Amino acid sequence: MIDFSPLWLTAKLALITTLILFLLAIPLCYWLAYSRFRFKAIIEAIISLPLVLPPSVLGFYLLLAFSPENAFGEFLSEYFNLRLVFTFQGLIVSSVLYSLPFMVNPILSGLKNLPVSLQEASFTLGKSRFVTILKIILPNIRPSLLTGIIMTFAHTVGEFGVVLMVGGSIPHETKVVSIAIYEEVESMNYDNANIYAGILFVFSFSILLVVHLINNKSRKTNLY
Amino acid sequence: MLQTADGELPLDVSFSIQKGQFLAIYGNSGAGKTTLLRILAGLTQADKSAITVEDNIWDDSKKKIHLPVQKRSIGFVFQDYALFPNLTVKENLEFALQKGDDTYIISELIELMELQSLQNSKPQNLSGGQKQRVALARAIVRRPKILLLDEPLSALDDEMRFKLQDYILKIHQKYQLTTLMITHSIPEIFKLSDSVIHLDKGKVIKEGTPGSVFLEDKISSKFKLTGEIISIRKSDIIYVIQVSSGNSIIRVVATEDEIQNFKVGQKVLVASKAFNPIIQVIS
Repeated sequence: MIDFSPLWLTAKLALITTLILFLLAIPLCYWLAYSRFRFKAIIEAIISLPLVLPPSVLGFYLLLAFSPENAFGEFLSEYFNLRLVFTFQGLIVSSVLYSLPFMVNPILSGLKNLPVSLQEASFTLGKSRFVTILKIILPNIRPSLLTGIIMTFAHTVGEFGVVLMVGGSIPHETKVVSIAIYEEVESMNYDNANIYAGILFVFSFSILLVVHLINNKSRKTNLY
Repeated sequence: MLQTADGELPLDVSFSIQKGQFLAIYGNSGAGKTTLLRILAGLTQADKSAITVEDNIWDDSKKKIHLPVQKRSIGFVFQDYALFPNLTVKENLEFALQKGDDTYIISELIELMELQSLQNSKPQNLSGGQKQRVALARAIVRRPKILLLDEPLSALDDEMRFKLQDYILKIHQKYQLTTLMITHSIPEIFKLSDSVIHLDKGKVIKEGTPGSVFLEDKISSKFKLTGEIISIRKSDIIYVIQVSSGNSIIRVVATEDEIQNFKVGQKVLVASKAFNPIIQVIS
């Protein structure tokens, strides 16, 4: 009988990561889109780094950073009683970093395509920045938000290198589907690997299909 | 500082306007008109500025006072209208309501601007003139003291322009506004405004009533048109030059000597004495 806990774990990880990134990316993107900070390009480059960096490299550095033998890891365990190596919490933190560009890039491009005058008009109507973001900016970049959410979710589901480095493969704790597949293949259980892989395959395809359907639809309604 | 095609230019302007007046701001693009309006609205912060409205200080760079946009009693109509695409016409107006405002103003404005049949449409389904009416109505919902219009009619055809000028005038009078409007059109200035300032390269070069600013050089017994030569053709012993000006093409006759100075693509001035013009009513 196949063990469904990796699937459940993967879904939980992807869901939490997406939620955190969504809340994090909106203020970050707003700042990136409108601030005149001189070294913005550096920040943008850092955010995009996970796109090109081999996951094992990122995982390796995170493993070093989180390790209780190093200053940062020691600080976390000392003051917050938090261990990020080989734990689910550790997976969340590394997934957030690893999937950051997948949430930030669509939202940022959505913001940059939105005429600045919409925001300014809202200000001249006496509305605060917060109300403006909530009522005007976010509803008008809905397709970008959806793309960001879906891409982040899908990307987190497909993670392998980072998860393996930081989380290892502890059943019910850090053993996500992609790792389960790897292990099933290693122990020659092709049938189980097939089921896991099939589920991921269908899932990934449906996600991409949804993204393209949404994008086509929003192009047809043609907001601008 | 103004960012213009010729590099940075200082915007150095000082003027005052009486309550209830209609002031037109006239000038070439890059003269600083929009920047001036944005500084008044608080959307752009100037290096040095002092703005006082009825004894309230809006801007004073010396005292480090800069009243935020939200606190200024202004209505701003943007060149691109800036209607919120996610809201219907009515919702666009309602968005401008402040807490505790009487919603009566919404229905009043919808009626005044004749938006009844459009109130449930989304802005992207409206024509340019309709969008402009919505933008104008939305700017009034807060009952501002000052209405700022950034070339509101530049994208409209003549018929629409004339109609909207009437709407603007109606609103200006009904709500006792002090209105500042950027425009390129001299007839518009004569029709709407009490006074006008002419900006050029960041400075006021003329100000006063429309008559005193434009009558001398802009109004004369000559027609003057500027345009571009699009072709020079020989026809028997004379030459015919075609000049494109605005939407029309004018044919001008020239002699062989004269055409030596002309080339296709040149910018030219075509002038004629108006001793026998044909005048027809078009609207």
